[in-house]
Amino acid sequence: MNEDVYVLGIETSCDETAAAVVKNGKEIVSNVVASQMESHRRFGGVVPEIASRHHVEQITLVIEEAMQRAGVSFSNLDAVAVTAGPGLVGALLVGVNAAKALAFAHGLPLVGVHHIAGHIYANQLVAEMKFPLLALVVSGGHTELIYMEEHGKFTVIGETRDDAAGEAYDKVARALGLPYPGGPHIDRLAHEGEPVIDLPRAWLEEGSYDFSFSGLKSAVLNTLHNAKQRGEEIDPKHMAASFQESVVDVLVTKTVQAAKQYRVRQVLLAGGVAANRGLRSALQDKMKELPGVELVIPPLSLCTDNAAMIAAAGTVLYWQGKRSDLALNANPGLPLV
Amino acid sequence: MKILGIDTSNMPLGIALMDGNVIKGEIITNVKKDHSARAMPAIESLLRQCGITPDELDLIVVAKGPGSYTGVRIGVTIAKTLAWSLGIPIAGVSSLEVLAANGRYFPGVIVPLFDARRGQIYTGLYRYEGGVLRCLEEDRIVAADEWAHQLSQQGEDVLLVGVDAPLYSELFRNHLGERVHVAPPSLALPRPSELVMLGKEKERENAHAFVPNYIRLAEAEAKWLAKQKGEGTDGDRCTISSNDHP
Ligand SMILES: [Zn+2]
Repeated sequence: MNEDVYVLGIETSCDETAAAVVKNGKEIVSNVVASQMESHRRFGGVVPEIASRHHVEQITLVIEEAMQRAGVSFSNLDAVAVTAGPGLVGALLVGVNAAKALAFAHGLPLVGVHHIAGHIYANQLVAEMKFPLLALVVSGGHTELIYMEEHGKFTVIGETRDDAAGEAYDKVARALGLPYPGGPHIDRLAHEGEPVIDLPRAWLEEGSYDFSFSGLKSAVLNTLHNAKQRGEEIDPKHMAASFQESVVDVLVTKTVQAAKQYRVRQVLLAGGVAANRGLRSALQDKMKELPGVELVIPPLSLCTDNAAMIAAAGTVLYWQGKRSDLALNANPGLPLV
Repeated sequence: MKILGIDTSNMPLGIALMDGNVIKGEIITNVKKDHSARAMPAIESLLRQCGITPDELDLIVVAKGPGSYTGVRIGVTIAKTLAWSLGIPIAGVSSLEVLAANGRYFPGVIVPLFDARRGQIYTGLYRYEGGVLRCLEEDRIVAADEWAHQLSQQGEDVLLVGVDAPLYSELFRNHLGERVHVAPPSLALPRPSELVMLGKEKERENAHAFVPNYIRLAEAEAKWLAKQKGEGTDGDRCTISSNDHP
């Protein structure tokens, strides 16, 4: 009964068409991502209709490549896992319907996966998950602290009340005249500058693990605007460094505080913003306060949207006996718990 | 030869199965419910009832648009994924042509239409010639008024076909008078069995390369192109979402 389990993962929640084959929930056999970033760059952001159109063009090619690279055929697969939400509904629909068609055509079990569960399970592809654990999920649309007592059980202990951290990065980047997507540019500039500009940090009420970045974003925009009015110039390097320091300070402090309170054994960093060097190094530093608690940060390719993470999360659900039927639908507001 | 037909391009959902020269069954609904949740269960149910397994299929035929962008994508995604993964070809048929097929014994010209909002329609011009449906004017999006005027310049009777046809019957009557006929409700829904019969005669396409025929560019793209040509105005900024995961 100890046979290897191979799961095909499919992810189309935003602007990457992705497919992957994962063995036993932790070993990547193949991981293919077709990014549409070049197409959306001209619009300064992801245009949902155009994202959906690209997904339809790419979907079978990407799945075929993932299966070819993995050297598997449909008869070798144990299940198909697909992102059911949250995300852009039109984009999600392509992956969900492709997954359903595959599951039907080849008699395979179908497992719908939550996108954020996927981001968290990207860590399983790097290190064994040790419970209880705390995951900080930071991306263009998410800023969440999630506590997990065991596999498949998620408790959101903190989330953003307004903008996601990645969203704030994009808006500030635009204000600084940086190209899309702005996050990596701010990260790069921040390392050249000094955090000399005083910007607020939204700690919210005592004991809250929620986040808020809209005040910070407005403060940056106001500071830039006021300086311009006075005919002064603010060095974008210093603004990037100051902004990043404020974001990272709040994220890291709250994460470590929660890790202490919940006595976790492991802290995971997940989501596209986990690629941010400033965040990575600050979290590594601050985690020194918690000797014995392991910090896991997946490599960049597993932090951004990919299908290996969906296959990894899907494998756990598959083992738990969770199945979706052919009526599975895309749910742009799918709740994690 | 076993052929599965799929049409989710507009509000009616249609699935049909043909085996040789026999239509084994078809499922048609005309309700405002989610195609994404209902198309695969309908396919599964029809094949099961007809006692046919997916690996017995020889061809997938899909209505490739125009219609609702999302609706068209659902059908095309299912069709191309089935075709590719089963190693069989795919054939596409215009969603308007499928609708026009309902006018089989009409002696004049056939005008299938879908409402495209703001007075615009997706339409084309078709006629049966010797039992074969011919496309006289290619599918397009056009102001209904302009289209009615254009049709009034020719002398034949016109059959309007489609769920949305009654919305425009008055307007067409203003231009064409008694020459306008509106298909009754029983002939207003695209028949997936007609889709399959039309698709049988179409060119077989490669599943990977198969894409919908949206007729229109995405709005943001059209505006971007206009701007590249220097035609865009300042007030013409496209609204876009920069959210990674809204
Ligand atoms: Zn993501």
